[in-house]
Amino acid sequence: MAPRPAPNCVSLPVNAPDRKSLAAIVLMMPALATLCVLFLYPLGYSLLWAFRNEEQDTWTFANFAKSFDFYSTDIIFTVLIVTVSTALIGICSILIAGYLALGENRVAVLILRWLYRWPLFIPFIVAGQLMRTFLAKNGMMNNILVSGGVIEPLQAVSFLDWRGIVVTFVWKQTPFVTLLLAGAIATLDRSTVEAARNLGARRIRVLVEIVVPQVSTTLMVGLILSYVLMMSVLSVPLMINAQSPTMITVDMAWRINSYGDYEVANALGFVSYAMTAVVAWIYLRQGIRQDGNPR
Amino acid sequence: MPRAFGGALSGLILGLIAFAIFGPIANMLLWTVAEVWYYPHKLPLEWGFSFWERVFRPQGNARLSLLNSVLIALSTVVVSLAIAIPAGLALGRGRLPFRSLFLLLFLLPQAFPSLAVHMNIARIFYGFGLNGTYAGVVLVHTIQGLVFSVWISTAAFAAVDRELEEAARNLGAGSFRVFRTVTLPLALPGILASAIFVFLISLDEFTGTYFVGVPDVTTLPLLLFTASMEGNYQIASITALILLVPSIAFMLAVEKFLKAEVLAKVGS
Repeated sequence: MAPRPAPNCVSLPVNAPDRKSLAAIVLMMPALATLCVLFLYPLGYSLLWAFRNEEQDTWTFANFAKSFDFYSTDIIFTVLIVTVSTALIGICSILIAGYLALGENRVAVLILRWLYRWPLFIPFIVAGQLMRTFLAKNGMMNNILVSGGVIEPLQAVSFLDWRGIVVTFVWKQTPFVTLLLAGAIATLDRSTVEAARNLGARRIRVLVEIVVPQVSTTLMVGLILSYVLMMSVLSVPLMINAQSPTMITVDMAWRINSYGDYEVANALGFVSYAMTAVVAWIYLRQGIRQDGNPR
Repeated sequence: MPRAFGGALSGLILGLIAFAIFGPIANMLLWTVAEVWYYPHKLPLEWGFSFWERVFRPQGNARLSLLNSVLIALSTVVVSLAIAIPAGLALGRGRLPFRSLFLLLFLLPQAFPSLAVHMNIARIFYGFGLNGTYAGVVLVHTIQGLVFSVWISTAAFAAVDRELEEAARNLGAGSFRVFRTVTLPLALPGILASAIFVFLISLDEFTGTYFVGVPDVTTLPLLLFTASMEGNYQIASITALILLVPSIAFMLAVEKFLKAEVLAKVGS
């Protein structure tokens, strides 16, 4: 016969707040389980398998040596494209959000507010297809430039190389960062802006010296999210420029689909994590330098 | 006259921005009705809708892709809501220890380049026989939309007025009845917004489907990609247009769905 449990460990009295937090944790369970199984587990897998030699069942750095051997140009190319795109997205979104806040021509502000958001939710793959036709040698951009007499027909070239990727990224991501920035600017205290304007400061100076510093956290968050997103997009580089040199996302897909080579693919994946980590580190260090706290 | 000059200048810049935004869309629209178009002609040589007929032909694979896309997106919404409503309730209402840590945890998938994660999901799924199945694709889409569904429903529940719940409780309603008749209806617009968001994410998703679904499950983005790579710009452009319409409609309507008081609580 099984021994009966001692009375004092049958049920401890649970007070109300504890029961509530227990209920909350139970409610969280499905979401947490999904996150663990579908994100944390494959993430750990990808980090570990970058250092794995599956045939010999050993740990190795050879995957990285091979990645740098084959794809060092593509790695540099990726860093350049993503950095240039992020910088351009920052500049465009500051200018647009700044004009929306400081513009004096009300009609122009209204038109711009209506105009800038269009690409906001357009998927990357659709943006890629739009640009594939628009930036091609006989695309609408060249046709307009030729018709307008800006260039000669023979000067028309295809922009479907690194420039095409940058244009597509900037086109797609600027509205997102602008939307965040415009929201942040709208909540600012206008008095400093008005004061500077009354003292005769030019609008661009007010924007750069007074408005942007106050919304720099929002700007950085938007830019970092865009940076990570551009680092993950496969469709745009595949559609705009899949020849060498290209982005490492294309190389990862190629290693897997053509060779089933998860080792090099994961090493390249590790490189993409590292590129993101560098940006995150710069951001956090900046925050610490500014006010002693990462924001 | 500096004033007139300034007006002309801002008009010119607005025109350039409008061209930069609508030019690519217009070029795609031209391709959807072009029958014959090759270099160096600036406009299509023959116009018509024959490619539309090919896309929407009953036995065409475009119709199958459309059907797949919609079915997968709807299933993703159901799965996401089943996960996000309890989580949103716990994060927005309940007394959860380490609440902000949990919120941040769901942001993690957005902080890592997702491609490397996706290819390993595909490899793990292969072991479970989930590759090339609807269930596998739905699961990949769910993880992509997770941060949005959880964060938006958290904000929606957090914006519900607690006094109304108290009033219902004082009138003798049990916790589940309060949830069903007061909390859920009040949070519904926000939850609907998160559902639409997840639907769009799933409809537009490419990378996950590329690794997990191919070749057995084809969605519209994959059809677009294949057609474009084969140089069939008409089919690619028509598919792009089908995907473009819901995303632009959502862009125009987003403020109606996401009320300011819910939006203000996102991530807090």
